[in-house]
Amino acid sequence: MAKIQIIAIAISLLFLLYIIRLIIKGKLREEYSIVWIVCTIVLIVFSFWRNGLEVMANLLGVYEAPNLIFTGAIFAILIYLLHLSVVISKLQSQNKQLAQDIAMLKEKMEKKN
Amino acid sequence: MKRIAAVVPAYNEEKAIAAVVEDINSAALPEDYAIDVIVVNDCSKDATGEVISKLKCIPLNLPINLGIGGAVQTGFKYAFENNYDFAIQIDGDGQHPASEIQKLIEFQIQNTVDVVIGSRFISKEGFQSSAIRRFGINYFKWLNNLLVGIKVNDSTSGFRLINRNVLEVVSDYYPDEYPEPEAIILYSLNGFKIGEVQVQMKERQGGVSSIGAFSSIYYMFKVSLAIIYTFIRIKFKK
Repeated sequence: MAKIQIIAIAISLLFLLYIIRLIIKGKLREEYSIVWIVCTIVLIVFSFWRNGLEVMANLLGVYEAPNLIFTGAIFAILIYLLHLSVVISKLQSQNKQLAQDIAMLKEKMEKKN
Repeated sequence: MKRIAAVVPAYNEEKAIAAVVEDINSAALPEDYAIDVIVVNDCSKDATGEVISKLKCIPLNLPINLGIGGAVQTGFKYAFENNYDFAIQIDGDGQHPASEIQKLIEFQIQNTVDVVIGSRFISKEGFQSSAIRRFGINYFKWLNNLLVGIKVNDSTSGFRLINRNVLEVVSDYYPDEYPEPEAIILYSLNGFKIGEVQVQMKERQGGVSSIGAFSSIYYMFKVSLAIIYTFIRIKFKK
């Protein structure tokens, strides 16, 4: 096993442990952790299976194997960013509703006093 | 007895707000109409909150800043939940003189429309605002006419009277940023009748416009997109 493989595997495992720690501490919700765990597992698989990238590139008809990484990674990142924008939009509208309800409730309470 | 809610959104208006509220409370109204002032303090950084707590009004203090659309909608929700017959939006900076409220109501009585827009541009009287703003207004007039076939001369005017049917719709959805031109599309696609009446407006007495000079282009772009989205969303729902 080459040095880089060992380094890659070690870092991927540390990353996986960190994500699990975040979930346990309640700082990362499970539904958002899925994508990170899947990414880490992919990294670990390709760290063990050195020829894997070449095999996948050949299979898909990509001439330069590293290009497959760039294409795949950028595509995945864009999709995930879009997903986060959707999540933020939802949070923003819920936030607005809460603020409006609080303002009206405060007024109701003050009227009673 | 018809009850009108005057919704006044206020952001950092400690200097102007007292006069605005007083003006509205002492404004002349048609017989059998009563008005309550609802001031929505959009998490102002100055003393607006303290000032309005001492005025004759219903103070709604937002815990976070929502922007003009969110603030106005808070007032609309309050008006709808508390069974008001009409709501009228009046800016907190003194641009909309309370003496013109009566004109809006009378127009509503005579023409039985759902929305009455107080417009600066039917004939050229009073404060007319800047050239770039007028260009924007003409552009929205063209866009609204293109999409829903109605001509509104002053689509950026916030000085509007809406009835209870409209209140129900806007309590559910009202645009966040720069809501006025988009709201026209929203009203017209929901089948509401829109009327326009000439009013005189003043130059603002305090505070700054929600639209700065540099954001004019962003404003046009954002509002155009919002108008088209609203158009598509409501068309496809039907």
